[in-house]
Amino acid sequence: MEMPDKQTTDTRGPAGYDTASLIDAVPHGVMLLDTRQRVITLNRFLEALIGYNRDEVTGVKGEYVIRGRLKGDGGSLNKILAARDHMAVEGDIISQSRKRTPVRFNVSPLKSLSGKIQGAILVLEDISLLKDLGDKVHGFSGKDRIIGHSLKMQEIFELIPIAARTDTTVLVTGETGTGKDLVAEAIHRASKRSLHPFIKVNCGALPESLLESELFGHVRGAFTGADKDKPGMFRLAHGGTIFLTEIGDLPLALQVKLLTVLDDKEFFPVGGSKKEKIDVRIIAATHRNLDERVRAGQFREDLYYRLNVLRIHIPPLRDRADDIRLLLDHFLGTFKKSLNKNIKGFSDETLRLLSSYPFPGNVRELRNIVEYTVNICPGGTILPEHLPGLAAAEPRAAAHFPAAMALHPGQQSTSGPAQSPVPEPGGWGEMERAMILEALANSGGNRTRAAESLGWSRSKLWRKIKQHQLE
Amino acid sequence: MKILITIYGDDIAPRFDQTREALIAQADGGSLIAEPRIILLPGTSGEELCGHIIKENMSHVVCGGIEDVHFQYLAWKKIKVIDGVIGPYQEALDALLADRLQPWSVLPGAVHS
Repeated sequence: MEMPDKQTTDTRGPAGYDTASLIDAVPHGVMLLDTRQRVITLNRFLEALIGYNRDEVTGVKGEYVIRGRLKGDGGSLNKILAARDHMAVEGDIISQSRKRTPVRFNVSPLKSLSGKIQGAILVLEDISLLKDLGDKVHGFSGKDRIIGHSLKMQEIFELIPIAARTDTTVLVTGETGTGKDLVAEAIHRASKRSLHPFIKVNCGALPESLLESELFGHVRGAFTGADKDKPGMFRLAHGGTIFLTEIGDLPLALQVKLLTVLDDKEFFPVGGSKKEKIDVRIIAATHRNLDERVRAGQFREDLYYRLNVLRIHIPPLRDRADDIRLLLDHFLGTFKKSLNKNIKGFSDETLRLLSSYPFPGNVRELRNIVEYTVNICPGGTILPEHLPGLAAAEPRAAAHFPAAMALHPGQQSTSGPAQSPVPEPGGWGEMERAMILEALANSGGNRTRAAESLGWSRSKLWRKIKQHQLE
Repeated sequence: MKILITIYGDDIAPRFDQTREALIAQADGGSLIAEPRIILLPGTSGEELCGHIIKENMSHVVCGGIEDVHFQYLAWKKIKVIDGVIGPYQEALDALLADRLQPWSVLPGAVHS
């Protein structure tokens, strides 16, 4: 491939095909660099990962755009971008969601037909799923991470590959905490779209104006503060799957727009005059009763029927009580390993209490309770006194948290920020994590009530849950 | 306003947790009130840099990529973090003083033809 001598956004290759569309077909992040390690172009996958449009970073140093670090000595990325031979090195990058993402950097020189080096190609493989095998319950492929032996769960396991074989829109329903996210991701991972992005959007988390831009993107000048074009989640999910959670909370105006996307596979970005065509599979989920919302005029009937083509309903935990013990053992194994605790198991009385508990927050609540007890239990056997209040159904034992936990998280310490010690790595994080777990356990997995008890907004609790990987 | 900008040569450092140098500036009403100084950091650690930011009573941090745990910690301490910025640090400082620096900006000086 002959690279242009001058930095331009014209990336036509030989035979007249467009380089941009060529690299867009690759299901990993791809960046083309010139001989000074500056960006010539990058593909959609990488745009989604790092949060910059290809047009705005053309001509910028590649290492500034990638924000990468090499494994081992943590050396600068530039030393491999300037390599004259193929290199494959592991490391990590900071993604657009501020997450440290393990990747493999594959760099190869790009040569002209005469053999002269004219730049480099960087292929970025996201290896986070491989790295997180031990402790990541969510975001892992396949039904193996959805736990259940009951008849009702077997039915769901049979439906997942059926749903995966088609591009049909899927509606996943079930109470909060039943694992709708896991089912959606399992469908994506089993489908032909598995090598393309899986983008999740919570339709209930943002106000309508922000949600429209989040979903469909916006053009520069569309509204105050829109100083550059921004691709929406539909565009970033191109070729893959978009997972719309809390679809029952989607504002009516956006329901109309979503219907157009489902019917015509195209949409206008906010403020845009040019339609964007997309190839995206839609999976939607809700804990709400959509039939009722249709009757109440809060959800469009035509959209409901378009989404409800293939429906997977996940039963609440109380309807599959024979899975409770299996789930308790599974999460106990996970957390005692990740927290490095020497815990043998639950006492008989603890098991009796847990088996009779209704788990209104379903699997998420069960998981949070197990994580809480593993944190609190000093070792040996988990006793009823290690359970959070509701699950123990008796007054809670004295708090095991350090005194600093008595501070409301929104409060500053009386000594002021300048004198507040920075906690040891993990120290403050562990305290905050335990606080969140307790609030969730006490609220039965209800995030609104948990946020209120912590004195936080719902969106702040949501960010903290993501930060501490408590989903 | 007490500002810390993570730097790498003449530019904003690509990553907060890999920063070895930082520029510290004090401003009032959109103008610098003292000569900015550059400090060298003993190691590369997001936690240590957060500690330094708190200890030095910073009100604003301008940086490249930052992990959410550090971002949230600084935000909790009421420090305004403008992250994802690419380009020369002087340009970033000028934009910040003029109150026009946005997160995820690619400054004109970052683009070379």
